Amino acid sequence: MKSLEELKKIREESLKKINLRKDRGEGTRIVVGMATCGISAGARPVLMSLLEEADKRNLGDVQVTQTGCIGVCRLEPIFEVYKPGEEKVTYVNMTPEKARKVMAEHIVNGNVVTEYTIGAAE
Amino acid sequence: MNIYRSHVLICGGTGCTSSKSDKLQKEFQNLIQKKDLDKEVKVVRTGCFGLCEAGPIVIVYPEGSFYSQIKLEDVEEIVEEHLLKGVVVKRLLYKGAISEEAIKSIYEVDFYKKQERIALKNCGVISPEDIYEYIAFDGYMGLAKALTEMSPEEVIKVVTESGLRGRGGAGFPTGLKWNFAAKATGNEKYVLCNADEGDPGAFMDRSILEGDPHSVIEAMSLAGYAIGSNQGYVYVRAEYPIAVQRLQIAINQAREKGLLGKNILGTGFDFDMEIRLGAGAFVCGEETALIASIEGERGMPRNKPPFPANKGLWQKPSLINNVETYANIPQIMLKGVDWFKSIGTEKSSGTKVFALGGKIENTGLVEIPMGTPLRKVIYDIGGGIPNGKEFKAVQTGGPSGGCITADHLDTPIDFDSLVALGSMMGSGGMIVMDEDNCMVDIARFFLDFTVEESCGKCNPCREGTQRMLEILERITEGKGEVEDIDKLERLAKTIKDTSLCGLGQTAPNPVLSTLKYFRHEYEAHVIDKTCPAGQCKALLDYFITDKCKGCTKCARVCPSSCITGKVKEIHSINNKLCIKCGACMEACPFDAIILK
Repeated sequence: MKSLEELKKIREESLKKINLRKDRGEGTRIVVGMATCGISAGARPVLMSLLEEADKRNLGDVQVTQTGCIGVCRLEPIFEVYKPGEEKVTYVNMTPEKARKVMAEHIVNGNVVTEYTIGAAE
Repeated sequence: MNIYRSHVLICGGTGCTSSKSDKLQKEFQNLIQKKDLDKEVKVVRTGCFGLCEAGPIVIVYPEGSFYSQIKLEDVEEIVEEHLLKGVVVKRLLYKGAISEEAIKSIYEVDFYKKQERIALKNCGVISPEDIYEYIAFDGYMGLAKALTEMSPEEVIKVVTESGLRGRGGAGFPTGLKWNFAAKATGNEKYVLCNADEGDPGAFMDRSILEGDPHSVIEAMSLAGYAIGSNQGYVYVRAEYPIAVQRLQIAINQAREKGLLGKNILGTGFDFDMEIRLGAGAFVCGEETALIASIEGERGMPRNKPPFPANKGLWQKPSLINNVETYANIPQIMLKGVDWFKSIGTEKSSGTKVFALGGKIENTGLVEIPMGTPLRKVIYDIGGGIPNGKEFKAVQTGGPSGGCITADHLDTPIDFDSLVALGSMMGSGGMIVMDEDNCMVDIARFFLDFTVEESCGKCNPCREGTQRMLEILERITEGKGEVEDIDKLERLAKTIKDTSLCGLGQTAPNPVLSTLKYFRHEYEAHVIDKTCPAGQCKALLDYFITDKCKGCTKCARVCPSSCITGKVKEIHSINNKLCIKCGACMEACPFDAIILK
């Protein structure tokens, strides 16, 4: 590298890659149910699409993690979105396509996709 | 670029590597690939996490789950349960990471929560072999700031005002050293890094080089800019192979990225550095001996002045600092004088890394603000003395330091308070002793070390330490006389006053400080011919207690046939014939034989 600007740019990019070791709980957390019920209902492709989307959109401060069975196995795949200062939103019956839409609408633009939430399903 | 949802950090420090953490890494990578998780989960080999007691250590982010003493066969469970299903494997967590109900992340564990990490900031967090991870955590920003916004004088002013003192042991003000080297006249100057860590039990310099080598490179470049030097040398012992390898990788990466070499960051400043390997002589930690060794001469100290700042490497002005001192510099540049001064005490700002060892629960590396009381280090962070034993003393400063007793446990630790107690900071070894440690034997152990390591140049150290060792051996073997104690004290003071370099001047410290605080133990050895701690075998006798079932095992293994007794009756030992080999004690299945 030849300049301070270049160094700063590298820092920005690298930080996104390893941010999850540093900023604990400050960014958005997406928790995917990955118990046996979730996996058999297709949670893995959902998780992968979330990761791909986060990668594509450069969302370094978004953490995608998994959890065990949430309890409503009939609605799997399920994931929950925790945004700082906002109430938890639970999305149910997810598919990779729906997950991408949530990523764009909710995570990036801040609009909850009501039709996919557990409230709408009940 | 790939964003991973989870990072598995595996400790690659020397401690965990020797307990096979390299195999763990391969196993993790294998299984992660097998489960098709390699695009989501990244495996990173880091430097030392510090809690070596719990090694090999594996941390899984983003949860910060702290797995300890992981075996090869445990890996599958972590991959299957945690990485695939997101269920933390409680069974394998570090015991301090589980409270009543909740699982604590690594940051919430007592051992880490009570520390303040500056020099060890990146150790166990980043991969030392990836310059991008260092840059991500503000790496090289301190250097960039200095090169683009500050004059060399301003850099020195910041270091001076920060109050940083040499972490290698003597505590000399770092800014003053930089100032001397900057003012020295000469067409060529050198920046040297002293990584010849030799104290038995101290390993902070090794851990910094293994865990965060770029911080040292950045700081040395900064020093080069400040004093007007374009060439640095790191003098590190060859017996630190992992540290040497990672430092070399880091130097290569910095060169490749243009952070070492010509015209750094387009500012016109040139700086490069090389590694020089030492053969592991303790005396080469002394700066003039270190310089002689880099020059290819025999590593022996010389008289000062002239100081290295004026006539150092190849007679040119040279700046020499210790690894840990350098590791603080980039942080000071970035966060400023006020931040650094807000940590620690008035005369010793910042933190110090200590290597906790001996009779303590949490063996490992801890970094604490200066001024922290010893009690907090030993009990709150170190976890106290194992097996319910009584604390007796803590030895600081290794073979150059002394002992601190229970009476002084509440002393805030800084450079000056330790000297006032007759010990010293040293490079930061902290060996905890309990009631079972014999203080005379401890003094003998350290003297044994200095006799080995004395370079032989000056008479007081070469001959004097040898004679001291002989007296101490005599005392521990029960052949000591009352006059020996005074002789020892006189000899110690003479060696201290007359030796050429720091090695000889401080070699008597373990003797003087144990004499000061534990004179009664010396007297017990020479007058009563007993060892109160029960360590000096020559002064102890073996006895058979009434736990004896009369199995005759001991009598059968005794090489001098001094144990008598009938089958199914309590046996006895004839102490006049006993050669104190201990074979009977090992053979007894009922723990009936004791030393007294």
